[in-house]
Amino acid sequence: MHPWVGAGDEDRRHILEELGLESIDQLFASIPASVCVDRLELPAARDEESVRMSLSRMSTANLSMGCVPSFLGAGVYRHVQPSVVDAVMSRAEFFTSYTPYQAEISQGTLQVIFEFQTLMTRLTELEVANASLYDGATALVEAVLFSHRVLRGKRDTAVVAETIHPMYRRVLDTYAASAGIEVVTVPPGADGRLDPDRVRNAASEPCCVAVQSPNFLGIVEDLPGLAEAAQSSGALAVQVVTEAASFGLLAGGGRFGFDVVCGEAQSFGVAPGFGGPHLGFFACSEKHIRQMPGRLAGETVDDDGNRAFCLTLSTREQHIRRAKATSNICTNQGLMALAATVWLESIGGSGLRRLATSCLSRTEELKRRIAELGAPWELAYPESPTFNEFLLVGPGNGPDLVHRLAEEGILAGVPSTLWGGSWPDGVVTAVTECNSSHDLDAFVDALKRVS
Amino acid sequence: MKRRAIRPEPLFFERNRRRVPRQGFLLPELDVPAVDPKEILPPELVREPDPDFPDISEMEVVQHFHRLSQLNYAVDEGLYPLGSCTMKYNPRLNEVTARYPGLAGIHPLQPESQVQGALELIWELEQALKAITGMPGVTLQPAAGAHGELTGILMIRKALEARGDTRQVVLVPDSAHGTNPATAVFAGYRAVEMRSAEDGTVDLEALDRMMDDTVAAVMLTVPNTLGVFEHRIIEISKLVHDRGGFVYIDGANLNSFAGRALPGLMGADAMHINLHKTFSTPHGGGGPGAGPVTVSEALLPHLPVPRVVREGDTFGLLWDDPQSIGPMRGFYGNFLILVRALTYIQSLGADGLRAMSDVAVLYANLVRHRLKDAYHLKYDAPSMHEVVFDDSIQTRFEVHNTDIAKRLLDYGFHPPTMSFPLIVHGALMIEPAESVAPEEVEAFCDAMLAIAKECETDPELVKTAPHDTPVRRVDEVRAARNLKVRWVPEDPAP
Repeated sequence: MHPWVGAGDEDRRHILEELGLESIDQLFASIPASVCVDRLELPAARDEESVRMSLSRMSTANLSMGCVPSFLGAGVYRHVQPSVVDAVMSRAEFFTSYTPYQAEISQGTLQVIFEFQTLMTRLTELEVANASLYDGATALVEAVLFSHRVLRGKRDTAVVAETIHPMYRRVLDTYAASAGIEVVTVPPGADGRLDPDRVRNAASEPCCVAVQSPNFLGIVEDLPGLAEAAQSSGALAVQVVTEAASFGLLAGGGRFGFDVVCGEAQSFGVAPGFGGPHLGFFACSEKHIRQMPGRLAGETVDDDGNRAFCLTLSTREQHIRRAKATSNICTNQGLMALAATVWLESIGGSGLRRLATSCLSRTEELKRRIAELGAPWELAYPESPTFNEFLLVGPGNGPDLVHRLAEEGILAGVPSTLWGGSWPDGVVTAVTECNSSHDLDAFVDALKRVS
Repeated sequence: MKRRAIRPEPLFFERNRRRVPRQGFLLPELDVPAVDPKEILPPELVREPDPDFPDISEMEVVQHFHRLSQLNYAVDEGLYPLGSCTMKYNPRLNEVTARYPGLAGIHPLQPESQVQGALELIWELEQALKAITGMPGVTLQPAAGAHGELTGILMIRKALEARGDTRQVVLVPDSAHGTNPATAVFAGYRAVEMRSAEDGTVDLEALDRMMDDTVAAVMLTVPNTLGVFEHRIIEISKLVHDRGGFVYIDGANLNSFAGRALPGLMGADAMHINLHKTFSTPHGGGGPGAGPVTVSEALLPHLPVPRVVREGDTFGLLWDDPQSIGPMRGFYGNFLILVRALTYIQSLGADGLRAMSDVAVLYANLVRHRLKDAYHLKYDAPSMHEVVFDDSIQTRFEVHNTDIAKRLLDYGFHPPTMSFPLIVHGALMIEPAESVAPEEVEAFCDAMLAIAKECETDPELVKTAPHDTPVRRVDEVRAARNLKVRWVPEDPAP
């Protein structure tokens, strides 16, 4: 007997009796004997304390970002975490429920999704946003496939900025191959920014132009110019965002004419968690809503005429459309969307602005101190505008610098050329509102020692 | 039990409409010089004014979500017998381990030497899933079952390409979950439907006719969506393999035979495992799940990167392998879901997993036994972990499966699955899962029997259900026709 199995031996005997069976094996008679085993090659059951010890040992073998000054970013960030977020996520009414297909007993989840969608439309400055996607990388994939569908599959090239997170681009390559889409990559200019003219001339008749801003190097792109470049070639303009906290200060791409704004919203209250689960998001203009992937909650009324919510436009989805669905996505990141909603509603609209301004101020302060320090350390793009991340170069390659700074007790960032790249080999360093002035001192002191 | 909401809970955006200054969270004090954003960033890119939503106090936030939570049904409340979804208990121990700071607080791009425990955990779970399936390889990357399907089919595609084979078709039974055909098309194949035999399993003769050199793979759910085991699975796999195809098994129903049978012995080339079904990780109101894929020898070289590799006691990540299909998503999977699944597997152990399947199957058969006179069983084949009735007895009184579902809400139970399998019109697909007490299963059966009686004596009562839920029946048609997918103020702020 195990506490997670509801029927004990005697319960089982009673049920077997009622079914007129001698042995439970009779219920498995349709499984051919040749595929059966007597016992799995796994250890025996363990008690709670023993399992805690086992997992705790693996946990303590890692260095948590909270233990030392951390400047890790590159798509996964450490931001403030109101205690309220985990308290709400721990409510069984939210975390043990299913996808809200039965609207009458799922109004809590449905209203949360509706609020999440509204929050994301306001941040991206677009008209509709879905209930979530797996993560930022697959959100980029969905955006490219979406553009391909919107243009009726007549344009098979996607123009993609090299400064989109290189891991995202590698994920895109996996999918583009089977979808018959060719990916053309545009490198940044000498200032780390994309040149709209180069984007315009990258391909004739692309289905989309996808850019990331702030980009992988932390640099803010010329969104109005890039939207115009995309549209002049009849392509959809796609903005990818990996640091969603930037929305606190930077306008959403929708304002400049981007057709899709998508990416990763882990920054909104989702644990770094060694890379997942995180929170993909996707927003687009209303005219393309029927081509949008993923679930959507909509407002309606119940039989008494009261406001109610339900999942809607499910005719796009696999469980109705089967082979003709816009995406095969089924289960997605509902609980993470709840976390983001609680986080954003705790931080508030003006709070998000203050948080983002705090990131910016701390980043500028660290950049200033590094510039002051001088050789052998320098900022790769000192003149280009950044939000909370920048490329630092120094006496060695990226992995080497990260390693040496780690020995000085600093998690300095992510090597810039882990997946290749036409930019200098260094460290992508991120600064958030969690990095105190002491952290910045520690960082600069460590740089002095590693020269 | 659910009662009507005492008062409607306003949307967040309807709070503090006048935007008076309030604060929901205290940010760390700015201990560096403040900058003017417009001097640092291109002014035309700066958001003006602030992000357009209110600030409210911490307790308002807590009350808001507490009240919303009260409108949800959940596994902790009562039986949640959604067929195929496996709504089992989500052990609280899982929630404890997944919050260990050394697991929740680590960055995926830290140097490998700083995350040895996390890599070991991934490796451990890989070994466990290989043991449970009897298959030699696995990837933990996929974020969900459907994502796992796609991963598996892309590996099959890669293996075929490697031998210069350009097959275009994936065969999918008509009983399959909708993600199967959607996946095949998403992976660049044509999905062709196979008609099921009389008993709902694969029709070997039909397969024999259709299985030619254009067929890349056959996707099978084992046991299938009717809860019936493919008893000819060995013959099916042999036929497919002999003609150069691959066997994909949809492992959504692994919880019915884990501990007793090995998909590796059934001839599976790839199989996804829904950790949020068989291995107890929470459904979260619609994710996050995790859909690891186990593979046969033939697909090993094509597993996604990055892969965890072990050398002695040291673990590392392999990012490059030209034979790989490449990464399927960012980083290494829904790691904190993997933590929960390993916690569950370590807790249950070999015998516990077998007991899990045993009781899951036992309960489904108890439901079948108790309801078989009141509800029609279209396919009479032996049931594994779920049983699929239809509403053909009740439609005589003009009551449909959706009405029965809504009436169940009044009795305090979540309804069964109704949207598939498509080969059962008016389906009621019931999967109790093993974690509840037998009394809970019996209480559910009693409710189903009471409703069957109501269909005869008072069909209106059933057709107008639910009567006792936070909202009455929700108008889904109106939601789709009159699309409102975000809040917009109807009147200016006061």
